[in-house]
Amino acid sequence: MNGMIAMAYLFSAVMFILSLGGLSSHETARRGNIYGMVGMAVAIIATIAGITSGAYWMVIIAMVVGAAIGLSLAKRVAMTQMPQMVALLHSFVGLAAVLIGWGGFLDPRVNLHGSAHVVHSTEIYLGVFIGAITLTGSLVAFCKLQGLVSGRPLMLPARHWLNLIAILACIVLGVLFVPAQVNAATTLNLLVMTAIALLLGIHLVAAIGGADMPVVISMLNSYSGWAAAATGFMLGNDLLIVVGALVGSSGAILSYIMCRGMNRSFISVILGGFGSDGGEVSDEEVDGEAIAIDQQELADDLKAADSIIIVPGFGMAVAHAQQAVSDLTDRLRGMGKTVRFGIHPVAGRLPGHMNVLLAEANVPYDIVLEMDEINSDFPSTDLVLVIGANDTVNPDAVEKPGSPIAGMPVLEVWKARRVVVLKRSMASGYAGVANPLFYKENARMLFGDAKDSLQGVLGKVCD
Amino acid sequence: MIIAIPRETAEGEARVAATPDSVKRLLDLGFSVVVQAGAGDKASFNDESYRQAGAEIREDMATCFKGADVVLKVQSPTDDELALIPKGATLIAFLKPAQNAELLQKLADNNINALAVESIPRISRAQKMDALSSMANIAGYRAVIEAAHNFGRFFTGQITAAGKIPPAKVLVIGAGVAGLSAIGTAKSMGAIVRAFDTRAEVREQVESMGAEFLTIEVEEEGSGSGGYAKEMSQEFIDAEMALFREQAKEVDIVITTALIPGKPAPKLWLADMVDSMAPGSVVVDLAAEMGGNCDYTVPHQKTVHSDVTIIGYTNLPSRAATQSSRLYSTNLAHLLSELTPAKDGEIDLNFGDEVIRGATVVKSGEITWPPPAPQVSAQPKKPPKVAEEAKVTAEEKKEKRKSPLSIFVFWAIAAVLLLWLGRVAPPEFVSHFTVFILAIFIGWQVIWNVTHALHTPLMSVTNAISGIVVVGALLQLGATGSGLVTLLAFVGVLVASINIFGGFFVTYRMLKMFRR
Repeated sequence: MNGMIAMAYLFSAVMFILSLGGLSSHETARRGNIYGMVGMAVAIIATIAGITSGAYWMVIIAMVVGAAIGLSLAKRVAMTQMPQMVALLHSFVGLAAVLIGWGGFLDPRVNLHGSAHVVHSTEIYLGVFIGAITLTGSLVAFCKLQGLVSGRPLMLPARHWLNLIAILACIVLGVLFVPAQVNAATTLNLLVMTAIALLLGIHLVAAIGGADMPVVISMLNSYSGWAAAATGFMLGNDLLIVVGALVGSSGAILSYIMCRGMNRSFISVILGGFGSDGGEVSDEEVDGEAIAIDQQELADDLKAADSIIIVPGFGMAVAHAQQAVSDLTDRLRGMGKTVRFGIHPVAGRLPGHMNVLLAEANVPYDIVLEMDEINSDFPSTDLVLVIGANDTVNPDAVEKPGSPIAGMPVLEVWKARRVVVLKRSMASGYAGVANPLFYKENARMLFGDAKDSLQGVLGKVCD
Repeated sequence: MIIAIPRETAEGEARVAATPDSVKRLLDLGFSVVVQAGAGDKASFNDESYRQAGAEIREDMATCFKGADVVLKVQSPTDDELALIPKGATLIAFLKPAQNAELLQKLADNNINALAVESIPRISRAQKMDALSSMANIAGYRAVIEAAHNFGRFFTGQITAAGKIPPAKVLVIGAGVAGLSAIGTAKSMGAIVRAFDTRAEVREQVESMGAEFLTIEVEEEGSGSGGYAKEMSQEFIDAEMALFREQAKEVDIVITTALIPGKPAPKLWLADMVDSMAPGSVVVDLAAEMGGNCDYTVPHQKTVHSDVTIIGYTNLPSRAATQSSRLYSTNLAHLLSELTPAKDGEIDLNFGDEVIRGATVVKSGEITWPPPAPQVSAQPKKPPKVAEEAKVTAEEKKEKRKSPLSIFVFWAIAAVLLLWLGRVAPPEFVSHFTVFILAIFIGWQVIWNVTHALHTPLMSVTNAISGIVVVGALLQLGATGSGLVTLLAFVGVLVASINIFGGFFVTYRMLKMFRR
């Protein structure tokens, strides 16, 4: 029986790897998702089959309730709310890891000695620690993204020291905890550490501003993976270890990609020292005049242009303008124009967020291009529409070495013949730097809500 | 206000300061325009066309200037002309303020405000008023035309039944506006074009026009302020001369455009170079007015020395009078629109405006030349240096990444740690650890292949599969130990299930939306 279960786990592990591999292209992505579901079903059935005692009814109740909650959440969530959804799901993994860790600690059947005991205790300790950070960190990220708390970074005095002290305390407690046998003192020890880790998770993420959320979410994704892997070690279960490692490295790669997109160092993010330069407002003035235009002028420009690139940013998600963008795109393509999309790696609040929003609005994915694919095409483009993006199209990143965002890769929209920026006001973006793009000779501003503006423009293009 | 456009009286001057088109622009600014009869004749604009544009035609200069508030001219006024300009009026023309202190004094004495178009600062905003550039463009073009006219061969190479025609080789010295224009014109006529300039930054511009950029082996940057070149060191000049001597034996046409502001033109094409050129060759000296770049240049004249034609014509733009009048008058119209921000036909010499401040040489009886130095250079500052720095940092990075020692040290430490772990840890842990490390590498390989557009589905699917911790909770739930453990495991199964079902379903929803 045990051999069969082990083979079933191996099968699941292979399915999960194929599932992630399937996401390498749009064609195979759906199949990949199905592989994942199969792998999960096999793993659960095998585990339940291995349960000797008659706890089946509890398993069924827990899973049915969990499934009902999960499905209703997944069904109702709007695509603009995906970042919150993902953050919330991370917190569940963290919570499960904490609970399982505690369960493993309290489990009276386990009776180990010597190095086996040390290893087991270390695994429990790490599992609970990472799980607790993931839990509260994800909850804070969720609250920020949902707008329940302010998106501004929380700046406590000496916050780096606070983090350091918390981590040191956890290490000290860990050194005491690991070799000791289970008794009231070690229970208290683990309890204190759990509390510290929970607070640390809150503090780490609270100090990070809204636009850094892509990094935070992928980091938490990574953490949740490591938490699962630690749980796997504790239970001596290879499937959990494999899945934990897969998810952990996936999250790490995503955060690396996000960091590169914002020109931040990976190390500084891992240390939690990120977001510290966010939100600072530079007083530097850009001289020149931003020229505002109205919907009619934009419609005329669109009619006159042959090649158009649309650059969406978080503002599009805020205004729920993706459907209006899609309608306009269909209309323009119907008129025989080349319309494409340029997506910056950190646009939005989640890796790939813009792609999902555009897909939701039925924009064909083969005209949605990455920054590297489209950057060289701007000089030969007639018109660029920037919708709710700011820092990701800031020419200072390339042209001004002293700028806070210098070196960040940006979409070089200003090289096009004409750029029209749809924006609510002249406010600066998340990085707090003024954007000289607005003052360029070939740039025009269309102020107002992106959705209303685009619907107005669509009406005038159709005339 | 009334703008007066006189007929130019200087010898060989065919240009005029306004065309019918620019008259319309001036009228739009709220001015009325008076044109002297025959002003545009030599530039092929007749009086009738001015009248149709809305200007008033007056017979002679005296009546034309009567009551005028602004006088637009090309050349600086003669004493007779000066006497006719009403007091308090504003004169706009090429005044050569650097060489013409006397004239400025006379203007000040007569209480005439004066704007010298060559003093307009060469900043980006003022490009539309930069008459020097627009005239230099024509001069460069015309220099090639004059050269071709005096050159006994084709510019382009051809192979005909009657024999092979070699292409002409053209050397352009000084790649300013005139030089670049000459390069473009000569290139479009089919010649092989080479160019030399002391400013390394113009290399790209030269190459973009299709010419070969000649370089010498001395490191010195020749950029001065305002986009002009500065004087070079002796060592540099020696190397330059050696290069020219070599080129002199090869090239058929030489066009020199080297000027240094406020100084006589540097002698670059020396007598011995001309002597070594092939018979029939042509030298066009665009710096003739400032003394010339060539030893043999006689200003205003075409001369022949050792069978080489040397053209020292000074007013080449005037030889393309229609075109240059159009450009010049447009430059002036832009300048006037800068001067009349309210478009009410009233000019305002606002010294807060950098462009107007720079151009104004006499105001209210006082000489205001020279203006303060321009603050912004139209040219990018020393790009080669930046490129060099970038190269250095790139090299450093490469070194960092490729140091074999650090790679070796890293793996050595990793191996020692692994050995230590294997020694102290129980065998079960070792096998789990093996699985763990290999799984990380698999994950690494697989995830890099995920397309950027699917990163959100990737996150939700990894979310779902990290719900695999349900297995742990299930095992604990199955093993009924204490009531507390069961409760914890029950909640664990519940939340992990939320993840599994929620994650997979939301991924399914998302992937369904992607369509081609």
